[in-house]
Formats: sequence, structure tokens, C-alpha cells
Amino acid sequence: MSYSPHTEADRSRMLAAIGVGSVDDLFADIPAAVRAGDWAIPDPLTEQEVRAELARLAGRNRIPEVSFLGAGVYRHLVPAVVGEVIGRPEFATAYTPYQPEVSQGTLQSIYEFQSLICELTGMEVATASHYDGATATAEAALMACRLTRRHRVAVSAGVNPDYRRVLETYCSGPGVEVVIVPIDLAEGGSGATDPAAAAAALGDDVACLVAAQPNFYGQLEPMAELAEAAHGAGGLLVAVVEPTSLAILAPPGAYDADIVAAEGQPLGIPASFGGPYVGLMAARMAAVRQMPGRLVGATRDVEGRKGYVLTLQAREQHIRRERAASNICTNQALMALAATTYLTAVGPQGLREVAELSSVQARHLAAALEDAGLAHRRFGGTYFAEVTMTVADAARRLAALAERGIVAGYLPERDEPQLRDTLLLAATELTTDDDVARLVEALEATR
Amino acid sequence: MSYPADLRYSKEHEWVRVEDSRATIGITSFAAEELGDIVFVELPEIGADLSQFGTFGVVESVKAVSDLYAPISGTVVEVNEALGDAPELMNSDPFGEGWIARVELSDPSQLDALMDADAYAAETA
Amino acid sequence: MSVAEAPDRHDASGRGSAFAGTSGGEELSIVEPLIFDRSRAERRAVRFPFASDTARSAADSQPSLPASVLRAAPARLPEVSELELLRHFNRLAHLNHAIDLGFYPLGSCTMKYNPKVNEWSARLPGLADSHPLDPEALSQGSLELMWLLAELLKEISGFPAVSLQPAAGAHGELTGMLMARAFHRAHGEAQQRTKVLVPDSAHGTNPATATMVGYQTVTIPSNERGGIDLEALRAALGPDVAALMITNPSTLGIFEDQIDQVIGAVKESGAIAYMDGANLNAILGRFRPGEAGFDVMHFNLHKTFSTPHGGGGPGAGPVGVSARLEPFLPSPMPALVEGDPATVRSNAWAGRSTPDARFALDADRPRSIGKVRSCYGNFGMFVRAYTYIRSNGDAGLRTISEDAVLAANYLRVRLRDAYDLPYDRISKHEVVFSGRRQKREHGVTTLDIAKAILDHGIHPPTIYFPLIVEEALMVEPTETESLETLDRFVKVMEGIAELAASDPAAVKRAPTTTPVGRLDEAAAARRPDLRHAFGDSDDPRVDLPPGASPAAPDGAPTT
Repeated sequence: MSYSPHTEADRSRMLAAIGVGSVDDLFADIPAAVRAGDWAIPDPLTEQEVRAELARLAGRNRIPEVSFLGAGVYRHLVPAVVGEVIGRPEFATAYTPYQPEVSQGTLQSIYEFQSLICELTGMEVATASHYDGATATAEAALMACRLTRRHRVAVSAGVNPDYRRVLETYCSGPGVEVVIVPIDLAEGGSGATDPAAAAAALGDDVACLVAAQPNFYGQLEPMAELAEAAHGAGGLLVAVVEPTSLAILAPPGAYDADIVAAEGQPLGIPASFGGPYVGLMAARMAAVRQMPGRLVGATRDVEGRKGYVLTLQAREQHIRRERAASNICTNQALMALAATTYLTAVGPQGLREVAELSSVQARHLAAALEDAGLAHRRFGGTYFAEVTMTVADAARRLAALAERGIVAGYLPERDEPQLRDTLLLAATELTTDDDVARLVEALEATR
Repeated sequence: MSYPADLRYSKEHEWVRVEDSRATIGITSFAAEELGDIVFVELPEIGADLSQFGTFGVVESVKAVSDLYAPISGTVVEVNEALGDAPELMNSDPFGEGWIARVELSDPSQLDALMDADAYAAETA
Repeated sequence: MSVAEAPDRHDASGRGSAFAGTSGGEELSIVEPLIFDRSRAERRAVRFPFASDTARSAADSQPSLPASVLRAAPARLPEVSELELLRHFNRLAHLNHAIDLGFYPLGSCTMKYNPKVNEWSARLPGLADSHPLDPEALSQGSLELMWLLAELLKEISGFPAVSLQPAAGAHGELTGMLMARAFHRAHGEAQQRTKVLVPDSAHGTNPATATMVGYQTVTIPSNERGGIDLEALRAALGPDVAALMITNPSTLGIFEDQIDQVIGAVKESGAIAYMDGANLNAILGRFRPGEAGFDVMHFNLHKTFSTPHGGGGPGAGPVGVSARLEPFLPSPMPALVEGDPATVRSNAWAGRSTPDARFALDADRPRSIGKVRSCYGNFGMFVRAYTYIRSNGDAGLRTISEDAVLAANYLRVRLRDAYDLPYDRISKHEVVFSGRRQKREHGVTTLDIAKAILDHGIHPPTIYFPLIVEEALMVEPTETESLETLDRFVKVMEGIAELAASDPAAVKRAPTTTPVGRLDEAAAARRPDLRHAFGDSDDPRVDLPPGASPAAPDGAPTT
């Protein structure tokens, strides 16, 4: 299967125009010493053959019937209209809007995205998007270093362990030191960052404190106190948030966060085994020139019509080269469009319903497991839509339930050995009462 | 192109106007033209010590970014705050309202290392 | 032909006319209002079920959210019906140019056709609904697909190992350069090797990446033939150089015909040879960077392997590496932990599963640079690229590069009279012209030429890049454009060159048929307006700048 339109006659005409005898002549400039040897690439497939192959691979996956797995990636309803919009070829098969006159669709949709993210987070400026929540968090920390001219970053152990790993990789580049602010993981502990401990860890040379609301274990963090601690040390607060929770929880702007980073996957993007997702980043307008990534701004055309352009581009790599704020080039425009469409489709009331239902079902789930004597909450304090439960023999039972098509959550001991025999369980609006009942029943059966 | 005769010029296209112990600094019309529409200038801080031919700020246009090089050494005593809201003054009036900073000169003899208007005109011809 | 010829698209976008009557009451100088302007309280599209009494009463027994953590006022998201939503985004879609609508010869971006079967694959529920943290026993299909794609990319590039994790080309560069540094660190040379060499024709991402890894960039000039200046390179190489980052074919579309000597010199000096794979579409089956001796290369799956560009992402930027860099690849790596690799491959190529094969994510990589992204990369792009590579197969992949190079050379010879061609030699998949003659003789800049191209329903080439070509026009036709399309482009470009000579003002007025005219980018940057104001009186932003033209006095856009 080839997508080339050329007939042999077309090719002959082009070769004649060029004045060469064969297409091989066009590759004569490759030194003989380094020309490609043979390769073992399989033969072409027709559409029906390639579909069968992909169906084979899809069939090798087993999508669980019941799942309480979140841990940073959440199964929410993706309204049909989202797929319809991002499937439009005018959006999907366009590129970065370098020519604004024929890219107003992409540009205006990004401006709307930036506006929505500002509104959700309570911040003044949002970028056109990043690769994912983890890289947005890492870039936010490096941005804090540029803003404060400091080279040490403190990160709460309540931040998603994957994000912390990516943050450490990014910080290793320019040699920024990363310190971990521990959280109280003890049985019956707060499961959250202690502001006094944070203040002690920050010192007087920290660029920022990175903390998550809700944190990886579902617990709510004292963000206002953490902001105070960070500011008291002359640093910034980078708040990592879950976007649907912002329908209910205070936006980072309200607790004086300086930079916000988030994973936008819950906003209408399927789990898709880890990507593509969309990283969100927002900040104060005063910090805009240190923001990495694309920004879209409103302006007027020669006849006074309102229009949109990529703006403040002098921050970026194609102009500033080795002095750019980041090497980031593309954003995740199509995924940002998914989030924009999602937020428009659900509206303020729908997003609130998603957040409330998720939170209600998480509580329902925790109560059901406790009532059945199967588990108890690991931590005190409050949680949002994900809850860490102590469960005897958690690893074995997780595997046993998986065989029955039930995924009972995430095993925190993968990252924190201290959390052995706990499960991190998430609920969303898709969680049904029946799902909860089936989990209780299945756990009973493995007691 | 001709340039104001009362100024001195650097190879990096900055000008300096000396009045007593103070000097006003800006970029030339040639530089402004080359950059195109200027959209932002990062001004030095008051009290900053500039050294001749060292960088002291950055100027951005829509499609380009360039360092600012001090034509002369000195301590910054005043910056043109108006450029914050209206960086286009550097395009429209580079030798007047588009000035960037005033410095207290530390070594007036450094002026000898700069060009006069005719030499600069020849340089940019 | 003349530039007044009707465009073959944008017929629906004659400046606002397509929207007449649809935006009743709104300011006529707005092509499509913001979604916020369509919002009416209590209108909505999607609804969600209510929680049952059982769920609520159980939930009530759990700790409730304290008032202190709650949001004071709801976020002002738009409130619209589903139809209004759809019309809004459909109208926005009409304002875009796209590959599926017309020719898109944007150099360096490989805007080729994105086959629809790739989209079908990515939407298969078994793949799209696969959670990255599901137990591995449930994710064998996803893991096998990643493993197979890596096997194919190894074969295509000649590298012994590939990581799929980086999310984009620039992200692949970051990954590759972090590995280069990890390599030098492992050899006790991290302190002394502080510089990265980058040719003057390079993409801006190369020097920006070097900085992100703490390196100092040293620019190497090009020679008069458009290749890297080998003598300048040799002079710059030394015990203080960590790596050379080189794009091959270069951004001029020229294959480095001394590439063997370049690689030899770099490796002899102890540095890492990095190839920017942006232009891989030119050399499939002809040059395998790993086999030729490069240490590391990033792929752009969205270019070479045709996953859609999505208006600027998502992409995917896997990296291939030599054996000496393999230990430093990002973690985790999809791995075949049970079963024979050759058997699994040959079964998969025949469309069969291997019953005793087991795949896992290998995170036991003690010398790894770590993670560069959450999870494992842009999996949805892997699905599309795998579909594309399997569809094309051996013969198809070779044809891609042959036809891409053929098309670029065809345009090279057809347009070299109308426009200057600074490097007139066999090119690869793209060719860089210069508009300097038009600028010098008629005052028509390359920007003007680009805007005039828009009036023909064609996306302009990349302009003003590479930086070493004055008034550059970088044309990449790709292999999927028919000869008729190429010939029409030639006519359009010749017509614009003629018009630049006969009526330069007409070129400078362009575009006139696009939904909006030239936009005031200076005003946008001077007083940034980066979000909707919701009519806030305390909004920190200033209104649209005085520099911007006022709305047309009669309020009616001309068509």
C-alpha cells in the first residue's frame, strides 16, 4: 500500500525535466561508504490486512470491565462531539499556525483554550499547551528558576512520582538541584505536606516549592500555607492540579500560586496507554516573558478585523536559539482543542457534576470497603476523588482481581515501599454503584 | 543616511549623548530599521554598572532579538520607563524619545573609542 | 495565468461572506465570535447522571470537603447547546488551511497525506481505552505494538536500540543530548566537554536544546556548496566538545556528501555524533544513520511516518542510539521478556500472535537518564506510525523517499529561473529558493510572496529559514502530491514572480481572499491580549493598541 500518486509516466516526465536518467542519480551524493545496506522491513499490507493486524494487537489488550485505576490518568466520559471536532481534517491535518491568515481556526481555538485555562485556574496567562502534565511541571520549575535566578527546586513527595522523575531529568540538564519535601505517609497520618516541614526544607535559596492539589494519594494539601512557606523563603509556589477538581476546589490563583501545571487528559482525552495528552501551564502576566512554549494573542488585521497570531515569539527557540526559554517547539494543539471542546460541551454545570459525582463515588467506595471490613483509609484528613486504602495482601489481590477483569486501583508500593499493602483507588462519574459492589464482592472472594 | 552630529556611535549600533558627567544611551535608526517593529526592551536596573561594549539589556522585535551593548561605561541613573508601554518609540524616534538609559560616566575618555556621525554613516553605508 | 485566478479553495471564506447572517448582532469585523460570546446562562450540551441515594448516603459517612478548600465562584465556562458548539468549531475549521484541503509545501515540516486508516487504528477501543498503568497482563497488545514499532524503527535507522518516550522532535533532541552528557560523565569527561557544535543552517531547537542540557553552543559555518565546512569543523573539535548536532539532509535539503568524514572526525575527537532526523523522509532505504556511525538520532513520527500534525502537535520524537549510548536510554523500555524475538517478529509480520510471548516494561535501567515524559510516550502516535509503516512496507518506504526527492528536484529545476537558487545542486526532499532578486529589483519581500501564495489556496513554503539564505523560501512538496499539483504550484510561483515585476503593489496587498488580511503582529506583541476578558473592569490588560487599524468605518468587511 503506497500513497504515492505518481504513474511511471509521471516519474519519467519529472526525471526528464531534471535531466537525470534514473532516480538513483538523485541519491548519488550519498558517499558509497555509508549507503544503506539491506533492511528487514516486512512487505506492504493492503488496508484490510493492516486493519486485521491492528485489530489483532487491540485484541491482545484486555480492557477491564471494572476499574478503579487513576494515579494521574482518569477514565472520564469523552463526549462524542469531542471526537467529531478533533477529527475534522482542517484541525487535524494543519500544522503550527505560521501563516495566521489561513490558520484562524487553530489560532482562535488556542486563544479560547488559553482563556478557559486561565478561568479554571484563576491565573492571568496560560500557554498554548505542553506535552503532558509531567513536562509542564518540569518546565514550570525551570521557569521558576529563571524568574528567581535560583537553582534549587523543592518538590513535595505528594506530587505524582512520574512527574517527580521527569522533573529530576529536566533539572539535571542545567544542573538544578531537586530536594524532596516529605509527606506524612504513616498509618493514620495526614498524607499531606506539612507546611512547617516544607518551610524548613526550603532554605533561603529555593526557586520554588512544587506541590499538588489534590496530591497523588488523593489527599488535599494546605496550599495556602504552602504558598506562604514558599514566598517566605523568597521562592514561588508551583501548583500541580487536576483540572476537573477545579469545578469545586479553590483555583490556584485564590491561594496565591505563582505557576500552575496540570495534566489535561481528564478533559475529554482517552487514556490511550499514556498519550497523547496535553500539559497545561498558567502563570501571572508579570512572568509571561519567562514562560516556555507557544502563546496566541488577539490583534487586528489591516482592515480592522479581529484576528489571532502567535505572539511573544522572541522567547522561543526559532528566534532566541541558545537563549530561548525552552527548546519546546510544537504544543499539543489538537489535544488542547479536545480540552476546549470538552469544557465547552460540559459547561460550568457539567464540570461541577463530573467533579461532584467523582468525589461522591470515591467516598461511596471508601465507605463500602470499610463497611465490609475489607479495607480502611490509610490517612486522616480529606480526600477528593481518589483514596488510599490499607488492604491486606494488596499486590496479590490486585493481580488476582485483574484476571477477573477488575482493576482495583494502583499499587503505591511501586514508588513508596512504606505504602506496602495499600491501594490507591480512583472514582469518576463513570463509576457506578454496581462497580463498587463488584469490587467489594471480588475482594471478599480473595480474602 | 545621515546621523545626528552631536552623538557618538558604536559598532554595535548604539549611540551616546554626553551632557556634563552624564550620558544618554540609545540604539541608532539603522539598528531600529534592521530589527523591524520593536515590541519589547529589557531595561537595565537603576544602579547597575555598565561596562563599555558589555551587554546591558535585550531588545525584541516581532521576528528578532538582539543584545544591547553599552557604548560606554557608567552607572545607570535613569531608564526610559515610557518604553515599557510604548517600545515603538525606539522605531519612531530612536535618537529622541526612544532613548534607553542615562548613566553617570566613569571614564569619559572611552568616548575616543566611538565613531562620529560621519564615520558611523560610512560604517553603515 | 494571473494572480487574480480564483483559488481552488477558500471558496467559502471570502472574507466573512460565508458567515453573513449567522452571527446576527455581533460586531461585523469579527469573523467568528469567541465561544464565550455565544454563551447564555443555563444552556448546555452534555448532562451527567445523578448519584444514587445509596452512593450519597455512603459518601456522607466519609469526611467532607472543608469550606476553606472550596471554590468561591464557578469558572465562567461557556454555556451553549451541542449544536451551537458544533457550529462554532466547524466555522473555525473553515478558517484553516490543511493538507486535506490543499497543497502544503511547508519546508522542514513534511506535510504529506495522513492516511485515514491510521486514524481508524488509533480509535480502536482496545487501544484507545488502554490505561497505561493497567497490570501488564492486560496490556500485552499495547506493549507488543510498542516493541514492534521500535523493532521497525531500528531496522529503518540502523540503530541497535530505540526509545519511543520523547513526545516531539525537540523532546527527542533533549533526550539525545542528556544521553550524550551521561556518556561523557560515565567516562569522566563531563567537566571538560562543555561545548556543542551546531552548523549555522540548524533549526533553532538544536542550540536551545544544548542550553537546556547546560552546554555552550558553537556555530560551525557552512561551505559554499551548502554543506558543513569540514575544515572549520575539524578546527572546532577537541577535548572540550561534547557533541556535534547535525541535520542530514541539511535544512537546505542537501545531503552532506562528506558525512562519512564528518562522523569520523567527530568520533575520533571523542565527541558524540547527533543526527537531527527532521529530514528522514528523504533517505528511507538509502542512508541509515546508525549504520553510518551516528550515535543518536531523533525521529519525527509526525513527519516521516505521517501521524497528523494536529495544528502543532501532538507529535512523537523517538530516539535511536548506538550501542555505546544504549545504557542511558530513558526508562522504562518495552521489552520482550519471554519468547524468541525473531519468532515474534516473523509472526507479527504474518499477522499472527506468538502465544508464549510476554512483554513487560523494563524499568531496571540503572544508568538511564531517567524519564523524560509521563508513562511511555505518545502511544496514539505509535499506533498511527505502526499502521503507516506496515501499510507501506519495504517497497512503500523506499518509494516515499524516491518520490519525495523526485518532486523536490522537479520543482528545483522548474522554478530556478523565476527565483534565485543559491545552492543549485541535486537536492533531497526539499529545496531552498531565495526571493532576494524580487526584493532587490522590485521591493517585494519573501513575506509578500508568501502572502500572495495564500490567495491561490496553497500554503506558502517555510520562509526566512534557514537563516543562511537571504529571503529564503524553503519548499518541501512531499511524495503525495500529484504532478498536476506540482505544475500548478510552478505556475502560481511564476505568476507571482511576474506580478512582482509588473505590479509590485498588487503582491504587497495580498492576501485578499483569506478570512482575514495581514495581521498586526507588532501590536499583538507590544500589548499582549492572551485571554478573553469576560468584561472584567479590573482586567489588567490594555485595550487593543492605537497602532492597530480601527475597524472599517462602515463596519462591513470587504470581500
